[in-house]
Amino acid sequence: MKLPNKNKTSENESKIYSVYPKKVKFQISIIFAIVLFWYFYSLRATDADFLELFGDLDVVFGKLIEMFPPDWSYIESAIDPLIETIQIAVVASTFAILICIPMSLLSANTIVKNKFIYQTFRNIMNLLRTMPDILLATIFVSLFGVGIFPGILALTVFSLGLLAKLLSETIETIDTRQLEAIRSTGGNIIQVIWYGVVPQVLPSFISYGLYVFELNVRASLVLGFVGAGGIGSIIDTQLNFMQYQKVMAVLVLLLVAVIIIETLSNMLRRRVV
Amino acid sequence: MANDFRLPPKPNRTRKRVRNIIIALVLAVIYFWAFSGVIKKIDWSFFGEMGEKFGKVIPRLFDPAWEEFEKVFDLILETIFIAYGGTLIAAVLAVPFGFWAARNMVKSPIWNTLGKWFLILDRTFPELILAILFVISVGPGAFAGMLTIGLTAFGMLGKLYAEVIESIDMKVVEAMEANGANKIQILFYAIFPQVLPEFLSFALYRFEIDIRASTVLGLVGAGGIGTLIVITAANRNWEQLGLIIISIVVVVMIIDFISSKIRKRLV
Repeated sequence: MKLPNKNKTSENESKIYSVYPKKVKFQISIIFAIVLFWYFYSLRATDADFLELFGDLDVVFGKLIEMFPPDWSYIESAIDPLIETIQIAVVASTFAILICIPMSLLSANTIVKNKFIYQTFRNIMNLLRTMPDILLATIFVSLFGVGIFPGILALTVFSLGLLAKLLSETIETIDTRQLEAIRSTGGNIIQVIWYGVVPQVLPSFISYGLYVFELNVRASLVLGFVGAGGIGSIIDTQLNFMQYQKVMAVLVLLLVAVIIIETLSNMLRRRVV
Repeated sequence: MANDFRLPPKPNRTRKRVRNIIIALVLAVIYFWAFSGVIKKIDWSFFGEMGEKFGKVIPRLFDPAWEEFEKVFDLILETIFIAYGGTLIAAVLAVPFGFWAARNMVKSPIWNTLGKWFLILDRTFPELILAILFVISVGPGAFAGMLTIGLTAFGMLGKLYAEVIESIDMKVVEAMEANGANKIQILFYAIFPQVLPEFLSFALYRFEIDIRASTVLGLVGAGGIGTLIVITAANRNWEQLGLIIISIVVVVMIIDFISSKIRKRLV
């Protein structure tokens, strides 16, 4: 064994060591610089000015105070669109849940062994998910005209991509030995799915379904702005008339509805999962 | 002894059955209510005009107006900037709130639950509501959109951060405490190295969501491409709508691809 070089150790002791290696530090600083640069660039590109925002806080709050007190008498005429919104969300989520079952089974590699088939379905799902809800709503409104039918279609397609992805990922993580056991006793594909897959994914499936329903209630706010029915349309009208107190009343109503729906669905989810 | 052999008693299923029947009934009522309401409101006349409309719109959607590319691209860039700035605001803002809502960082359970509730409250706000409030208060424009994204994204990020912080190895923290490190040193040398990669990965994931979310903001005048989408559709300028669809799909796919590559390397 070599004796430690006395001279060298004393030299090392005088240096303060960092837990991070030099290379990592360098990389992190560069990434940090890029992030900050893009941030300031995007601030400039969007005309953002925080100093002005904080300087003019009284103006900002003055504008907000215009929305108070909310015009509660307007709520009566907002109830009907709200009900329509919830109905659209229920119907769209139902369709999405029904269609996503075959789609997610076909795109899960534990069920379908053919690589070509599951890759195709995966790509379709990914394509569906790139479309923001507003784009889908606009397309369907331009195809079917103004009304709630395009709204239902838009929400169905929008939630289908998300739901099918979540479900197929869950199906891919299930215990495949159970499927093999059923197959080896002579079960056909329907029996494998019904007795092998369904019991394993049902709790998460219900939870995803509820989640998509919540998402749809929020997203249906967007629909009204492009003429696809729901509560968004009256908000749009009142915004254009600058009736901010009426807008505020509708917003409060919507917020209360969203909170109630999320509380209910959370309660359900906790009992299921 | 041989006669003692009995099958185990069947479990009492009545309660479960009653529960299932009640659930089925409630679901049936909800569906009846929703479907009957929707069917009444749908104007079925569009079926007659559908063939004509499809013939008019679809071919033009697939013939994108490339000459408008510059205008569309500028607005998509603005959308990306809104999402980027908003996500960064949220990613920074969510760090203190994540610590506040993490069970192992806050000693008092009441204080900790308050933090969790605050984040839940933030998550329930639909972004369009916040966008309307911001457009009214700071004026229309991309800045309102950025603030909206920042404030809506931080609820979800805060929750995810809190979960990451709750899952760290507390032995490192204890070891540093035992060595006499102060809070700042513990933060920088024990906690951050464990959580930063996942923080970044969640922020990137949220950035992907925010790109989609910020396309909507234009509806209420908070900047981004949403305004152009609505105007284009109102003018029946289907060639330009086709271009917008293609550009959004391509941009979102590219960003999703890059970001998922980075996320895979991070974690």
